[in-house]
Amino acid sequence: MEFFRGVNADWMGKAKYFVALSLTLLAIGWFSILRNHGLRYGIDFRGGTLVYVRFAGPPPIDQIRKGLQTAGLPNSSIQSISDISNANSRNDVVIGLEQQGQGDESLDAGKQAILDVLHKTFGTDTSGKQDFNSITSSALAAYLTQKDPLLLGTSAGDRYNQLAQKLLSARDQDRGGVVTGFDQLKSVEGVTPAVLSSLTSGFSLGNFAIRNVEIVGPKVGAQLRKQAILATLYALAGMLVYIAFRFEWVYGAAAVIAVFHDVLITLGFFSLFHYEISLTVIAALLTLVGYSMNDTIVIFDRVRENLRLMRREPLAEIVNKSINQTLSRTILTSGLTFLTVSVLFLMGGEVLRAFSFAMVVGVVVGTYSSFGIAAPIVVVWNKYRGQGAAPAGSAADKRVVATARR
Amino acid sequence: MNPQLKWKFVFILIVVLICIYGILGLPQFPTSLAQLNQNIADRIKLGLDLKGGSHLILQVQVDEAIGFHCDQALDQLTKQLHEKNIPFGEIRRVDDTHILVRDVDPAGSGNFRDLVTSQFSEWSYAPAAGETNGYLLTMKPSVVADLRTQTMDQSLETITRRINALGLTEPTIAFTGRNDNEILVQLPGEGDPTRAKSVIQAGGQLELARVADEQTYPSEIAALSAHGGVLPPGTIIVSGKAEGTAPGQPPQQVYYVLDRLPIVTGQDLRSATTSPSANYPGQYQVDFKLSTAAAARFGPFTEANVGRRMAIVLDHQVYTAPVINGRIEDSGLIEGSFTQDSAQDLALVLRAGALPASIKYLEERTVGPSLGADSIREGVRASIGSLIVVMIFLVIYYHQSGVNAVVALILNLVILVAFMAYAGAVLTLPGIAGVILTIGMGVDSNVLVFERIREELRNGKANASAVDQGFDRAFLTIIDTHVTTIVSAIFLFLFGTGPVRGFAVTLVIGLLANVFTSIYVSRLIFDWHVSRLGREAELSI
Repeated sequence: MEFFRGVNADWMGKAKYFVALSLTLLAIGWFSILRNHGLRYGIDFRGGTLVYVRFAGPPPIDQIRKGLQTAGLPNSSIQSISDISNANSRNDVVIGLEQQGQGDESLDAGKQAILDVLHKTFGTDTSGKQDFNSITSSALAAYLTQKDPLLLGTSAGDRYNQLAQKLLSARDQDRGGVVTGFDQLKSVEGVTPAVLSSLTSGFSLGNFAIRNVEIVGPKVGAQLRKQAILATLYALAGMLVYIAFRFEWVYGAAAVIAVFHDVLITLGFFSLFHYEISLTVIAALLTLVGYSMNDTIVIFDRVRENLRLMRREPLAEIVNKSINQTLSRTILTSGLTFLTVSVLFLMGGEVLRAFSFAMVVGVVVGTYSSFGIAAPIVVVWNKYRGQGAAPAGSAADKRVVATARR
Repeated sequence: MNPQLKWKFVFILIVVLICIYGILGLPQFPTSLAQLNQNIADRIKLGLDLKGGSHLILQVQVDEAIGFHCDQALDQLTKQLHEKNIPFGEIRRVDDTHILVRDVDPAGSGNFRDLVTSQFSEWSYAPAAGETNGYLLTMKPSVVADLRTQTMDQSLETITRRINALGLTEPTIAFTGRNDNEILVQLPGEGDPTRAKSVIQAGGQLELARVADEQTYPSEIAALSAHGGVLPPGTIIVSGKAEGTAPGQPPQQVYYVLDRLPIVTGQDLRSATTSPSANYPGQYQVDFKLSTAAAARFGPFTEANVGRRMAIVLDHQVYTAPVINGRIEDSGLIEGSFTQDSAQDLALVLRAGALPASIKYLEERTVGPSLGADSIREGVRASIGSLIVVMIFLVIYYHQSGVNAVVALILNLVILVAFMAYAGAVLTLPGIAGVILTIGMGVDSNVLVFERIREELRNGKANASAVDQGFDRAFLTIIDTHVTTIVSAIFLFLFGTGPVRGFAVTLVIGLLANVFTSIYVSRLIFDWHVSRLGREAELSI
């Protein structure tokens, strides 16, 4: 089976359509960014507090919102984050606080305030029992050792530690962190009715459990933003040097412009689809940069090889031929990478959603930019310099040829 | 079979065995399924975002320690100027590293300069701008730098001692390396870092000082005015909570006048423990024992001050001020509204030592165990899904050679996981995404080679020659494409934090392993296959 055999398209002839397409995509993306007053930064870059809560039943969002207002937290937000790919998450909520002042109040004042509101909304348990849904393994083990429901006496040893761990595993992995009735723990290994009744008498079942907390101070956000930009610029510079060394500097510049174009379009899509930019998204963008370079290099490699074989032909023809020859490989690789990141996007969970979205968009755009932007730039530049024919290869080129022929 | 091929096979087999042993065989050779699972869990270190736990970034307020040092020098200088009879107008601290001495008597300025040069070598001095007969002392930059390093080192040590005393599993405490005054603390498995945070942040400075004035005052001004506007020499005013407030009422702030120099400080403690309170049933107290040297001071002090009050000052706040009933040699207690937990925490902090400067939290992230478990499950699911998709495609598109690619891909992943196990690298959720990317990008190398081989076959080359040409021609391109992604990943590693670094590490290792498997292993399988085919047979690709 083989796709793309004997394709003979005139890519460089269509260059103006590609540029038009790129400009359109850029315009759409950046119009969206302008309309939303800038890119949506995640908490890593903005600073602030985020508390992810899982409820036992459908969360009373309006009630909580009112509670937050009353508690004097006007810059708070609460929204449901149920995820279609994960049934357990249908009662999940994220409560956010904007960055509060630069003052000396402790970093987690916001988190404490949110917890207070949640406790108030659900009423504090007056029986004085501990909350099973937020207890830690060591505390549970201590309680069990004290109550000794399995009547192990002094030979208890490690058994209660292990039992506590198993109970909490069941709570966290099977029940998603919130247990609504102690009989849900019946099937845990080592649990007897005596254990269950000692749990029932000693613990209450809170209505919610904290899944995740993120608190980032004000100055950290600005610093991370700076670092992210620096990292991207350095990476681009590094690659420019590398490609200029392996090919010619105009190839390097063309590749970097193409990659830059990819990043801009991806950011535009982020704004269009309301995704936030976090540190992992920056990781995706940098990976994209490397990946887009790949594609571009494969085409340039072929161009360089064909330049030696077809010295007389115009550069545009050579480039066309090179793209056609590598088309099979390009579509295949991009297709497969696209497939894998799509699987990640669909099945990888909420935490990686923005990351995998960046990769999905980036793979497509990155592949396109290699023949749609980078190659045309090289051709146009050479035409502009008055050389319709093939430019000479660089010295590094000849070295490479020598080793390859080994 | 060609003997050269045989050796290459053996080599790869050894590599595979080492890898599998690295993942499954350590630390104890498995004899049961449970042990196998345990080994895997041990070898593959999970990041906080997969295991659950807390991640804190602290900033040590180093300037406080420098300011304190400055204050001490200022006190010393004042004393010395008086002793040496060098008249001056005013001495005050300008900022953390500068002291201004105004209106130094011109006759004594020679002595002044001598004094500074001989006794205050940490300071350089110069005539103060805009002042006649004034001098500005500046702490030398090398001294400041040393102080910074000392403060950071001592803070790290103290915090490490405190966290270790809490008995948490495998905490990480280290300098972040990002700025020179930040410390990273990672507490795996700790779903609620509140207690750890308060233990870390507690100043821990204990001082026992005699109460100079039996009266307590509602404000500083009241205390001052009771002494005619000037404090008696050698005393200071310290605030504290009033004793004997009714339960449920917020404690009132009162002010004590204490001896400035404490008789005993936290450094004189030999031990600190807790026990149920004798005087306040239901509560706890902290008992401490003094070192012999301190006991030698404390005994006579208590004997000479029977009937007077002694203030127990914690972090510049008077905690209690009990009456001294008799001579005490080397033990004491601190009591008053402690729960068992808070008493134990205080004892812990006293044992570990005081922090040289206060701590501010910059960042706090806590991943609960349920989220961690979900992340692992979803990440593994996505990995397996993408692996299957890629495998199916390869076999359909490249037929038998596709199987070759699948073998190389699986070996790639095995080497990746084994390398991470041996290197103790941490697997994070983005790291799992890195594994998936390795799958997607790694296939690229195979595609490059296979497409070349197809091309050469189309051009009429024989099997062996086509395979040769395919690998040769594709080699450089493979290197090129891996280099760019690896360069990106390196920058990510340098600039990134925890989870992002995990991603960079997994991606780099995966791509490096990919170079090995797609060039060396794939080639070997092809060579073997071709050598088995007859001259006329078609290579299935």
